[in-house]
Amino acid sequence: MASDRIFGLVALMVALAYIASATQIQTSFLSDPVGPKAFPILIGAVAALCGLVLIVRPDPDPEWPDARTWGSLLIAVVVLIGYAYSLKPMGFLVPTAITAAILSYQISPRTLPAVLSGLGLSIGLFILFKFALGLGLVPFPKGLIG
Amino acid sequence: MDIISNLALGFSIALSPYTLMLAVIGCFLGTIIGALPGLGPSNGVAILIPLTFTLGLDATSALVLMTSVYYGAMYGGRISSILLNIPGDEPALMTTLDGYPMAKQGKAGDALVLSGVASFVGALLATLGLMLLAPLLARVAYLFGPSEYFALYLLAFSTLGGIASNNQAKAAIASCIGLGIAMVGVDNSSGLPRLTGGNLHLMDGIDFLVAIVGLFAIAEVFFFIESHGKGSSIGVKFDKVTIPWKAIFETKWTMLRSSLVGFIAGILPGAGASLGSFLAYTSEKAIAGKDGGFGTGVPKGIAAPEAGNNAAAGGALVPMLTLGVPGSGTTAVLLALLMTLNITPGPTLFTDRPEVVWGLIASLLIANVVLLLMNVPMVKIFVRVLQVPAWVLLPGVTMISFVGIYSLSGSYFDLLLMVGFGVLGYVLRKLDIPTVPVIMGILLGGHMEDALRRAMVISDGDFVYLFSSPISIGLWIAAVAGFVAPMFLRNVLRKPQRVTD
Repeated sequence: MASDRIFGLVALMVALAYIASATQIQTSFLSDPVGPKAFPILIGAVAALCGLVLIVRPDPDPEWPDARTWGSLLIAVVVLIGYAYSLKPMGFLVPTAITAAILSYQISPRTLPAVLSGLGLSIGLFILFKFALGLGLVPFPKGLIG
Repeated sequence: MDIISNLALGFSIALSPYTLMLAVIGCFLGTIIGALPGLGPSNGVAILIPLTFTLGLDATSALVLMTSVYYGAMYGGRISSILLNIPGDEPALMTTLDGYPMAKQGKAGDALVLSGVASFVGALLATLGLMLLAPLLARVAYLFGPSEYFALYLLAFSTLGGIASNNQAKAAIASCIGLGIAMVGVDNSSGLPRLTGGNLHLMDGIDFLVAIVGLFAIAEVFFFIESHGKGSSIGVKFDKVTIPWKAIFETKWTMLRSSLVGFIAGILPGAGASLGSFLAYTSEKAIAGKDGGFGTGVPKGIAAPEAGNNAAAGGALVPMLTLGVPGSGTTAVLLALLMTLNITPGPTLFTDRPEVVWGLIASLLIANVVLLLMNVPMVKIFVRVLQVPAWVLLPGVTMISFVGIYSLSGSYFDLLLMVGFGVLGYVLRKLDIPTVPVIMGILLGGHMEDALRRAMVISDGDFVYLFSSPISIGLWIAAVAGFVAPMFLRNVLRKPQRVTD
């Protein structure tokens, strides 16, 4: 019950914010009868209505994970964000090995298999992408090998 | 005899050694992708699209490769449904109902071969149906103006929301999320930025591939972290494969009926393969009656959903190719592929680029035969794929997704968006909010708005124009009925839930 109500409330807020920002869209002097604002506002209105319906008539709650699993999920998200930032400056091999190992550890918490799968995936995928598919990946940070 | 000459054109493209090789590679890869737990046709095809793009294949080759992967993944999906009780995607759910019990009785080999044959029958009949029906529908599609297209898009969203989900409001929210995201970026007609919040990265809009890979592939990783990869080991015995001629022969009418039901369900825009396998299974269950033993592992219970599922996959290509409206999650992904390759689906596709359409149809026929030959004798190889542990597989999928999206734009911003979509996908699926309408919204949002605005330009702002032709009135009625009727039918047509041991 509570989850759907919260989601409905969030959806309602986002929809209202969406409508508010849609009203700020600049219109050009050469506009058609509908203009660039109407459709986004319509979508926002429908979403807001659905959010209200969810607040009034929520479904039973799903089974949410426990606190420890939330921790693992949070670690995974942080690691993935870090991976997104590091892929360009740090090259492919090192960030991939670290990220894959951490993800692997979150799925099955055993250190050695996680480290091995991180290393294996990093090197294996690099060979696959670089030589079989011909993608222009950089293996190491550029400064390191000059 | 248009069809025969067109088909000859198609085969002349599809039978070149290079294209044939792509089809075989695609089928093989597809079956593996389908068989891997946690990867299905939609996310499997989604993570491969960026890579195909970077390989620099021409449009026809890329299309042949990816549709073979698509068909292959539909075949492969049954392997994890039957042996692990894990459906690769929603349509495969029905196969677990009888497939898994049959595998537990020690007849896993029979179940796999029978479902392979049923898939073949369903897919073959559907491809033939596609050949006959698509050109006709393409001719009707010429009558569609902007107001008809607007009503058609609405129909797709409302049937998707009405039939494929448990709660209308949630499906509608999902559509709105997708449509809302599609609005971000430079407005097509005025050329001014909309809803970008001043962020330069958002000026081009949000790439649908980023959203698809995030929602389908990255979200899956979070689910595996939640479950710690449990339930992905084979619990049933599986030793030798024989061809169960008797069961195949006994289920021939089931296969034919289910193919027809599945094909028709697949054609309905927005309904797609889930509805096809569901209707095929329930109607066969009703025909067999109480003594049919459905749910305990009977051959008919495997043949029906597999034939229906694969027939619906073919049927879903009809509206996708002729009208540009996908019927399911996977056809939405295929539409994304077409758009990436700069092919605009629609009636003009059949006249302007017949080589693409008929090359595709011919390669579907070839892929189907290849898959049957590959799946019956080599099924043991694919079963071995199931033993890849989740803690290697899922990090691997994540890395492939990152590299694929990174190779599209080379920007960290798209990767961040992808992670964001992964989190969104996890939360939505937890709350039982379908993610397919989000994808459809992102893919179709721009077209839907364009249709509305062009209709209003034609009528000079008069909204009555939207209901001015018989076709659009019919589509509006169908849209409203498709959204409202399931509310009342929900108690009658309850979706069977997964069997648990």
